[in-house]
Amino acid sequence: MKITVNGNGLEIQDEVKHIKGLIDFLELEDKPLIIEHNQQILQKEEHEKAVLENGDKVEIVHFVGGG
Amino acid sequence: METNRYHRQILFAPIGEAGQEKLIRSHVLIVGAGALGSSSAEALTRAGVGQLTIIDRDYVEESNLQRQQLFSEADMKQKMPKAVAAKQRLSEVNSHVKIDAIVGDAEIDILREIVPETDLIIDATDNFETRLLLNDIAQKYQKPWIYGAVVASYGVTFTVLPDKTPCLQCLQEYIPANGATCDSVGIIQPVVQKVVSQQITEALKLLTGNEAALSGKLISFDLWKNEHTEMEAEALRKPDCPSCSSKRSYPNLAYDSRLKTAVLCGRNTVQLRPQRKQTDLDEVAKELKKNKQIKLFENPYLLSFEVDSFRIVLFQDGRTLVHGTMDSIEAKNIYHRYLG
Ligand SMILES: [Zn+2]
Repeated sequence: MKITVNGNGLEIQDEVKHIKGLIDFLELEDKPLIIEHNQQILQKEEHEKAVLENGDKVEIVHFVGGG
Repeated sequence: METNRYHRQILFAPIGEAGQEKLIRSHVLIVGAGALGSSSAEALTRAGVGQLTIIDRDYVEESNLQRQQLFSEADMKQKMPKAVAAKQRLSEVNSHVKIDAIVGDAEIDILREIVPETDLIIDATDNFETRLLLNDIAQKYQKPWIYGAVVASYGVTFTVLPDKTPCLQCLQEYIPANGATCDSVGIIQPVVQKVVSQQITEALKLLTGNEAALSGKLISFDLWKNEHTEMEAEALRKPDCPSCSSKRSYPNLAYDSRLKTAVLCGRNTVQLRPQRKQTDLDEVAKELKKNKQIKLFENPYLLSFEVDSFRIVLFQDGRTLVHGTMDSIEAKNIYHRYLG
């Protein structure tokens, strides 16, 4: 299935079923992330419930400290 | 006003003569004079803000020159405090701007004095302890502040407006844990300019009375990965936030949340802040010179010396940086051995 992550197209395997799966796939699991799924900001506990479908748009932001 | 100086900016219709007048009457506080702070300060100085206050606790080192645009090799050789070096350069760029340079930590007492006098705070710090303090003081005095941060090729920024947007405390669960913000992965200079472009455009909108043009979004990008993200942040506001809700108590202004020692991320350096004490650097230098092993350097703002594998830098306000360790106990031991 093909989704858009931070503006870029991404082909993902069928094993990646939900947002939580996507985070693991992208190896971002150790960062606190702000995630928007089809323009809806998700709480952390919703990551496993948010099922991915072809054409979905996902935005991922994380905070950094450097200046 | 010199008629030509701001001509192109005045021609830009959303600013115009009226906007330029507002700009000249405004006072901006920039916290941090590293990469983001240098670039922001230069942009606002050229744009013609009336007054700039710059706070920074550090001095210029060689590895800064790749991205911190206000500083020169001479500043590095003389170990100039960044705030002082910035003021010198900015005064050459635009002598009409009143610039106040403060060498020290952005701590509560000093912010309480300055923030009520300012129209806007630009965040150019490198740590969340200071950002949370800025957040609460900005909420308390109802001032906007603009978060900006960079690492590697990634940048993120958000404009916090009192009573209108979520604040940083609302977003606290997304702040990385201590240490995770260390800049051990380096940084490229263009990402600094991109974050500052965003911050300063927002600043110009705010200062010239164009609030309606503000982005209102949490913006992040990775220049190397060609990613750009904008997110509506309203959903992140916490109705019971201790910093911005009606039940506010400003937890980040509590004195006990201040650290006396701070490990400076990614720099192999510990800062020690003894009880506020002005230091006579000449006196200290005289004592240190008795030890023939010590290589001493002094300028009007700080003194620096090397012993074993450590380099110790003492500022007039008593703050001391111990380079060569990330261990605050080791740093304290060295401090007590040489500086009492
Ligand atoms: Zn809040």
